[in-house]
Amino acid sequence: MNMELRCNLVALQTIVRREVRRFLRIWPQTLLPPAITMVLYFVIFGNLIGRQIGDMGGFTYMQYIVPGLIMMSMITNSYSNVVSSFFSSKFQRSVEELLVSPVSPHVILIGYVTGGVCRGLAVALIVTLLSLFFTEMQVHHLGVTVLVMLLTATLFSLGGFVNAVYARNFDDISIIPNFVLTPLTYLGGVFYSISLLSPLWQTLSMANPILHMVNAFRYGILGVSDIHIGVALSFMLVATVALYLFALRLLVSGRGMRQ
Amino acid sequence: MSTALSLRQLTKTYNNGFQALKGIDLDVAEGDFFALLGPNGAGKSTTIGILSTLVNKTSGTVNVFGNDLDRSPAALKRCLGVVPQEFNFSQFEKVFDIVVTQAGYYGIPRRLAGERAEQYLTQLGLWDKRDSASRELSGGMKRRLMIARALVHQPRLLILDEPTAGVDIELRRSMWSFLTELNAQGITIILTTHYLEEAEQLCRNIGIIDHGRIVENTSMRELLTQLHVETFLLDLKESLLIEPQLLGYPARLLDSHTLEVQVEKEQGITGLFQQLATQGIEVQSLRNKTNRLEELFVSLVEKNLQEAGQ
Repeated sequence: MNMELRCNLVALQTIVRREVRRFLRIWPQTLLPPAITMVLYFVIFGNLIGRQIGDMGGFTYMQYIVPGLIMMSMITNSYSNVVSSFFSSKFQRSVEELLVSPVSPHVILIGYVTGGVCRGLAVALIVTLLSLFFTEMQVHHLGVTVLVMLLTATLFSLGGFVNAVYARNFDDISIIPNFVLTPLTYLGGVFYSISLLSPLWQTLSMANPILHMVNAFRYGILGVSDIHIGVALSFMLVATVALYLFALRLLVSGRGMRQ
Repeated sequence: MSTALSLRQLTKTYNNGFQALKGIDLDVAEGDFFALLGPNGAGKSTTIGILSTLVNKTSGTVNVFGNDLDRSPAALKRCLGVVPQEFNFSQFEKVFDIVVTQAGYYGIPRRLAGERAEQYLTQLGLWDKRDSASRELSGGMKRRLMIARALVHQPRLLILDEPTAGVDIELRRSMWSFLTELNAQGITIILTTHYLEEAEQLCRNIGIIDHGRIVENTSMRELLTQLHVETFLLDLKESLLIEPQLLGYPARLLDSHTLEVQVEKEQGITGLFQQLATQGIEVQSLRNKTNRLEELFVSLVEKNLQEAGQ
């Protein structure tokens, strides 16, 4: 194997190991809160309120919201893992350890994103296991389910990275999750089918990227979706490639890191 | 002997318009122990920042062991170890992990990285602290951790930006001896420091940078020969009330037991002691008022300031 490639593979392993070790070390801040929050959602929305709502899309309300809740926790956690880790590296200047080393910018970006994907998947697994205490779950299409999980976690990890590059203080890393991600997630069909909305709101909802992800994932699990699965997957693929190239450009330019 | 570092017409203008470097030319030979000195804001840290790629140069070339910064940055970085002025490691990671992780960034497999981390942490007296979070270390320990981290990929050129700032004298001397050993093993070292005694003790060659220009680049020995007058402090056995008259040696009494005397290089101090003996003045001890390099440094920087003002 080419020496340059071998060195970059070792560097990639190092970054991923460090990122995974970081979120495992602080598990009460990273893995426990989504578990507790999701249990509350299952109990309150799924069990108590859901019984009054009845079926949705041919499934019980609890079954209907489980894929959306798994997706919601994965989006939040993959994003926040990268934004907090990379901003913290900038804040403590430990990012300089990477910048002075011969690691390729691709490796730095892939390393951080893989860390975010690992946390997103770990939380998704925890939430899925917890959901089994409340409802039965079968996977309608495993390939689509796995692909949507990977693409979503990658996309939001990249988003977290871009946010961290631009952030100048800790307030800047909470603005997007609080004021953009949370509203888009709640309006992204986690708790309802957009067929319940008026035509105008249905059209407006189509511009919400999270709607595509939640529905694609729901298709993988339940086999039902408000969006055409091909459109949703294409959208995610294009968005991931575009965001990767943008994040890479920021990293190479050294924005906020090099003078 | 080959060239470890070569800078040509290196300039840096920051976004606010401040021109930190105004065309620096500098060569450091392989195996050298080189001091880069200058007052605050002279351009030392900017130069080091460009070498370590944390600062983007405006123009000019940087070459480390034949590797050009623009054409082969990765190869250049492999040759280089940098100990920055400010602490720049995660406060939450363990000492051992910080060093091993840094090795991983250079493509060193984990097992070998662990062996090297043990070697350098032991040499720098930090092995007992390997499982401590870095925030629990004292200032001196943090500085040594940064040296261990910079060495773990075994660079050929080590750059230290004020490595002994805020370090007590005992630790400073042990760091001096460690750096001297490294240099003896063949590692080229470039050091910036505000302790001129440190530069005089350790370095063979010296560059003085001021207002973004190199104002002196020579050997330490050559530089010290430029010193024409030295000031000595004499501790007297008996107290004196008035200054003694010492022909050819301007003197003043600092207190009743301390006499300050200026001695020109060609004069030597034998004549001074003969005159003191004649006047019955006994001297208990003798010391330099200031570090020799410090006198030269101040005069060079003042000269540069006057020229800039003209």
